[in-house]
Amino acid sequence: MNENTARILSFAEALREAQDICLARNPAVYLMGLGVPDPKGVFGSTLGLAARHGAERVLDMPLSENAMTGVGIGAAIRGLRPVITHQRVDFAVTAMEQMVNQAAKWHYMFGGAMKVPMTIRMVIGRGWGQGPQHSQSLQAWFAHIPGLKVVMPTTARDAKGLLIAAIEDDNPVVCLEHRWLYGIRDAVPEGHYSVPLGKARVMRQGSDVTIVATSYMALEALHAADVLAEEGIVAEVIDLRSLKPLDDATILASVRKTGRLVAADTGWKSFGIGAEVVALAVEQAFEALKAAPSRVSLPDVPSPTSPALAAHYYPRAVHIAAAVRAQFGRTTDRATLAPPRGVHLDVPDPSFTGPF
Amino acid sequence: MSALADDRALTLADRTHLLRLYTLMLRIRVVEERIAELYAEQEMRCPVHLSIGQEAVEAAACAALEPRDFVMSGHRSHGHYLAKGGSLKAMMAEIYGRATGCAGGKGGSMHLVDLSVGFLGATPIVGATIPIAVGSAFASAMYGDDSVTMIFLGDGATETGVFHESINFAVLKRLPVVFVCENNLYSVYSPLEVRQPPRSIAGLAAGHGISVASGDGNDVEAAYGLTRMAVDRARAGEGPSFLEFATYRWLEHCGPNYDNDIGYRTEAEFLAWRAGDPLARLEQRLLDLGAATSRDLEAARASQLAEMNAAVDFAKASPFPDAVMMAANIYAERGGQT
Repeated sequence: MNENTARILSFAEALREAQDICLARNPAVYLMGLGVPDPKGVFGSTLGLAARHGAERVLDMPLSENAMTGVGIGAAIRGLRPVITHQRVDFAVTAMEQMVNQAAKWHYMFGGAMKVPMTIRMVIGRGWGQGPQHSQSLQAWFAHIPGLKVVMPTTARDAKGLLIAAIEDDNPVVCLEHRWLYGIRDAVPEGHYSVPLGKARVMRQGSDVTIVATSYMALEALHAADVLAEEGIVAEVIDLRSLKPLDDATILASVRKTGRLVAADTGWKSFGIGAEVVALAVEQAFEALKAAPSRVSLPDVPSPTSPALAAHYYPRAVHIAAAVRAQFGRTTDRATLAPPRGVHLDVPDPSFTGPF
Repeated sequence: MSALADDRALTLADRTHLLRLYTLMLRIRVVEERIAELYAEQEMRCPVHLSIGQEAVEAAACAALEPRDFVMSGHRSHGHYLAKGGSLKAMMAEIYGRATGCAGGKGGSMHLVDLSVGFLGATPIVGATIPIAVGSAFASAMYGDDSVTMIFLGDGATETGVFHESINFAVLKRLPVVFVCENNLYSVYSPLEVRQPPRSIAGLAAGHGISVASGDGNDVEAAYGLTRMAVDRARAGEGPSFLEFATYRWLEHCGPNYDNDIGYRTEAEFLAWRAGDPLARLEQRLLDLGAATSRDLEAARASQLAEMNAAVDFAKASPFPDAVMMAANIYAERGGQT
């Protein structure tokens, strides 16, 4: 991969390029989802693909997520490689039976006789009053299920590489894409490449605290690291990228180095990704810990619609920084945690524009 | 089989066809009866849902398929598996939880598979294999290979959302799939009348725009005729069909016993259906047509029983899977990428 050939693409364009490449390379690949071939092209991530690869391979679908997931399984066991897209994670909930009972277990329960090389893309909604049923972030559910793999790209480069890896993986892979990352621009190599599943990325090195983050929270973590650096705390920020398999080794190596851990995830607190990361550190790096690990996540509350309520719902860089400070015995002025006045928090922060 | 005394009314092809149907039905009956007899030994340590009484539809429908066609099913799948040509030894070893089982002991009776004969899998969440079978048909259409996929389901499955989603898509895409519904009137202990209003299931399916037919599930020749037509239509690219067959399971929903005395159905109802035993009907027909003698039928039964006993012996003599296999095959190893 020649760095000099990298050009700047948005996360959405990177996803589209991944699918374009996979469709071109392997006739077994096909895309299916509500609105996949429509003029909006799933926030731009599938634009033009039907014209390039044919309507027979880039398909719209009936509003039947569960059955269409089953159709994907059937196609996959016959040798095709479906990529199913849900424009919200919440819509995929209707397909849980096929995902959990069937796809996840098909390889195991038939003694390895068949494989289900299926990719399921889901968009995590946020902002503009998406509300309780258009903004759930259910990676903990999917990561809990043996037989599923789960990835959450943060950068455009990783979006392309992880999606290609997911499509080329012979297992059902869930790819969760945060809506507010779609416009982020990043250097993305041309041509085919893949980012291995099960490998986290150290976005920033540090020695004082490990911040393990997923998806959009990785960007908030970088902002928190900037603020903390001014206070003399140098944070190591790890973008998990892959939840299942989880990169235990990278997490533990960092925690053993820094002795402090904050896990920042886009899901709810209880029984979430942060819980798994903290458990890992406590179980396997206990002697290295200088403070109790902590989590920054959504409160155990459905997503409220009114921007006045949503402003208090989503954790931000200030909350990650506060969690880190607490592990050093430093306090944070509560006033700094309040939603900033005059700033709309229900749209993506324009300062998050990359490249990374 | 011995030479026939008077077969002028029956062509060789007819006779061969009837004997084939008979053999398929007999095989299912003998196997299921033997499972029921042996179950009390407590060595088949998984739930079994037996097909006794429903053999005609299962044999006829599978007989209408080619070896290159595909079948999927649900929890009551032994008959479909066997009629499609699935390995009896592998099935029995699976039910006995052995490493030589068709699923390596991972699935048991409720998760049979035999890819060598196109039996793509059976799973016990009611309705769950219906869209998967439609997916297989979708693949056949993508490949343009004119293979057909047949999905067996019961009356209960027609109440699921996924059933309707699947038919809608199959019709929309004109897929080569045949839906075969064995309406045996009960979903465990719940009769049809507490689950569906009094209207035809085939009629319900017809509302989706799918070609439908219904018939006596215990008339193996009629069942063959209807399924053969549906399979031929699918193969010719004319789209999916839904077939509803009236039938009845003799034994309890799950297990080796009769349960006509616990109150959800009557002994009288069972006996009325038993009187219409599809196997006995075909045996009588074979005798009447001179296509077989009583000795032929006894010999056929003895042959099937011998094979079944050999399969049980094979299963019992097979090793259990090693403990390390418990955590094997959770994920497929990387391969097959471009």
